[in-house]
Amino acid sequence: MKSLEQIVNECKELAFDLHFTRAKEWKAEQEGRVVVGYMPIYFPREIIHAANGLAVGIMGGGDRKQIIKGDAYYQSYICHIPRSILELVLDGHTEHFDGYIFPSICDVIRNLSGIFKQQKIGKFVKYMDFPQNFLPEIGGVFYQQEMEHVLRYIKEINGVEVTPERLNHSIGLYNRNRQMIEFIYDIRQDFPWRLSIEDVYHIIRAGMVIPVEEHNALLEQVCAHIAKPIGVPQDKIKIVVSGAFCEQPAVGLIRAIEQAGCYVVDDDYMLGSRMIEGDIDTTTDRPLEAISTAYINQSRYSSCIYDVSNPKEFRLAKIVKDRGADGVIFASASFCDPSLLDAPIFQNAFNKMGIRYIAFQYSENINQFKVIKEQVGTFSDSIKLWEDEPVVTINA
Amino acid sequence: MAQEAQKEMSMIIQKEMVSDLFNELARAKETGKKVCYTFIPGNLSELIRTFDMLPVYPEINALQSAMRKKSGGYIKEAEKHAHSEDVCTYVKCDVGMMLKGNIGPTGEKIPEPDVLLLSYTGCFTFMKWFETLKREYPNAKVIMVHTPYQENSEITPEMTQYMVKQFKEVVIPKLEEVTGIKYDEAKLKRHLTLSAEAEDWITRIFDTTKHRPSPIDAYFAGVYYIGPINIGFRGTQEAVDYYKELYKEIMERVAKGLGPITPEGEMKEEKFRLVVEGPPNWTNFREFWKIFYDMGAVIVASSYTKVGGVYDNGWRHDPERPLEALAEYCMNCYTNMNIPQRIDLLSKCIKDYQADGYLTNSIKSCNSFSAGQLAMMREIEDRLEVPVGFIESDLVDPRYFSYSNIKNRLESYFQMLDQRRVIGADIKEVEA
Repeated sequence: MKSLEQIVNECKELAFDLHFTRAKEWKAEQEGRVVVGYMPIYFPREIIHAANGLAVGIMGGGDRKQIIKGDAYYQSYICHIPRSILELVLDGHTEHFDGYIFPSICDVIRNLSGIFKQQKIGKFVKYMDFPQNFLPEIGGVFYQQEMEHVLRYIKEINGVEVTPERLNHSIGLYNRNRQMIEFIYDIRQDFPWRLSIEDVYHIIRAGMVIPVEEHNALLEQVCAHIAKPIGVPQDKIKIVVSGAFCEQPAVGLIRAIEQAGCYVVDDDYMLGSRMIEGDIDTTTDRPLEAISTAYINQSRYSSCIYDVSNPKEFRLAKIVKDRGADGVIFASASFCDPSLLDAPIFQNAFNKMGIRYIAFQYSENINQFKVIKEQVGTFSDSIKLWEDEPVVTINA
Repeated sequence: MAQEAQKEMSMIIQKEMVSDLFNELARAKETGKKVCYTFIPGNLSELIRTFDMLPVYPEINALQSAMRKKSGGYIKEAEKHAHSEDVCTYVKCDVGMMLKGNIGPTGEKIPEPDVLLLSYTGCFTFMKWFETLKREYPNAKVIMVHTPYQENSEITPEMTQYMVKQFKEVVIPKLEEVTGIKYDEAKLKRHLTLSAEAEDWITRIFDTTKHRPSPIDAYFAGVYYIGPINIGFRGTQEAVDYYKELYKEIMERVAKGLGPITPEGEMKEEKFRLVVEGPPNWTNFREFWKIFYDMGAVIVASSYTKVGGVYDNGWRHDPERPLEALAEYCMNCYTNMNIPQRIDLLSKCIKDYQADGYLTNSIKSCNSFSAGQLAMMREIEDRLEVPVGFIESDLVDPRYFSYSNIKNRLESYFQMLDQRRVIGADIKEVEA
């Protein structure tokens, strides 16, 4: 078994390999394999796996890719991630990708799919319209049709017909993947010093660019390491980070939050990998329906899912309570409509519930966090001073 | 002192229609009519009328507030309540108006909604907007209709069926529940017949810009022309009559060889014909328009007048397929079209209406329009070799309208168009 440090270092390399080298190697190992890039937040990677493909998350260039061409496509008041995605693609980082999936997140990502189509990038470009109707016989059926559409594109490339057996097998692998990621968060809930949030981030993000079998093997080892009493507790409050689900904060910012005095016991940085809570059924002869049903019934709260029948503020408050967190940090990418439009909803509700929070904005390419670090530090100190305040009450 | 705007019969008719609607809304409590908040893109006017409801369009309230110079205050009010500076200003204006007592454009209080009918078409923010409204109006019934995006430049049977199922199994039963009125398909069909008629007329109206000089401005005046068809009158005889009258007036202008009417009277000389992409600025609407007509620029087509429906390519509400027609209508609105479709549509406008240039008014807080506009502009420039221009403003936030910047950019753009014309004439002379 590798040491935890070795695994983390490996994941650091993988997570920010903006040339997606492992995907390229994997594709070259066998004829008929396809590589499909997908944008944040969530995409059912199982279906690509079952079609002899690898779904690779494209989370932008972060602070590691200078933007030159991408800026020519976007006005200054549009978030940063579409320009860094375009920069990566136009610079040939994804030449080995066969197709691209744009899950419905917001108007920016939606229209980015149109730019890809216009420029004829890849063999196919699919805007994946996730249902906002949550009745299995209506929205569920539509979602299955959307997945079938993706599978038709892949079949045109490699001729692979996805059978229920193949898909059930793939679902099983991703179920295991999600179980282990949740195990890491469950351990960190009580022992956050065993693995820093920065390391967790790298480990999960690495899973977006390598085959699930390889990621599962890494996660097995990580889980084994952190099941043991390692590390030294520090005097920090526990917080949940919310709002950073698409354009990612620079790693330095993720690190800075913890260094400033906050153990992050839950977050939505890599929401796509954790979107489905619990397992998806692997015993059915209609696995697309199983994926669809899981999306409808087992999704985490998200700014991209219409929530009036299941309000997000109560769902986040429940996470805060369940994780024993002291407060919430709302971190939104600048100009991120979904995150910023949710902010008043969360904040008005949390004012009433007595949940403490702070909010700030970031951009993926900004790596100066002095002000944010001070803000987080003050937040942490203030909560420590208010230790005797009443605990959070949730009236969902 | 500002010059009195020239008024034609169609303007008076429209003013009365809108005023009657707001008066009806003010009396909704007394009359017992149910109030339905909904949006312009994908508006289900015919269905709303079938259930005898009164529509309220939050984005119309916002733009009207802007034209009355009230939006700045409303936006600041919303920002005090955690709304970001960087999001849709329609939303903030609406929220601010609500926080300040929900007094509508006529000075009367807009009634609270009985129904929040979200036909989620072409704009992600609509969804967030209604999530916000639901929290403000917890007693309102919320109805979501998910309109699939034309991601592959087409409306597939599956997309239509998805919407029809939502109408049958969610929307109509909930509307029956709220209004206590049984769904009457024959009534819906009658409204749809009238919708198709109004759509024929508005298509003819916007087609008159093929004339030289163009008898209308298809952007600055166009936003008034689309009023009745978009704000709840589509599907009524009133709308048909309005558009017939408007068409008659425009054809009279064509017969006389007259240009468009501006707030300062008739535009005397048509120097430039433009196609404009993007919504207008509402806070300084008249100043904005004046820059154009002072320079002799007329807009012969615009994407904004297609947000409430695209009828250019012959699509009409079909009363024989009522629910399918509603579905197709929603999916066919401009912002529900993908970028290649938008490019094709605007390119066709440039060619059909013999435009000299293509101008983008990029709106800071409207990603549905703005994201992708630069790529569209470049493609159109390459494809048609038409001079392109680019300005930036906002919908209803007065802080983002910079008169001098916009004027400078437009003046440079018009100079470029002029130069192109001179060079073009020289080349023709040499070739001859």
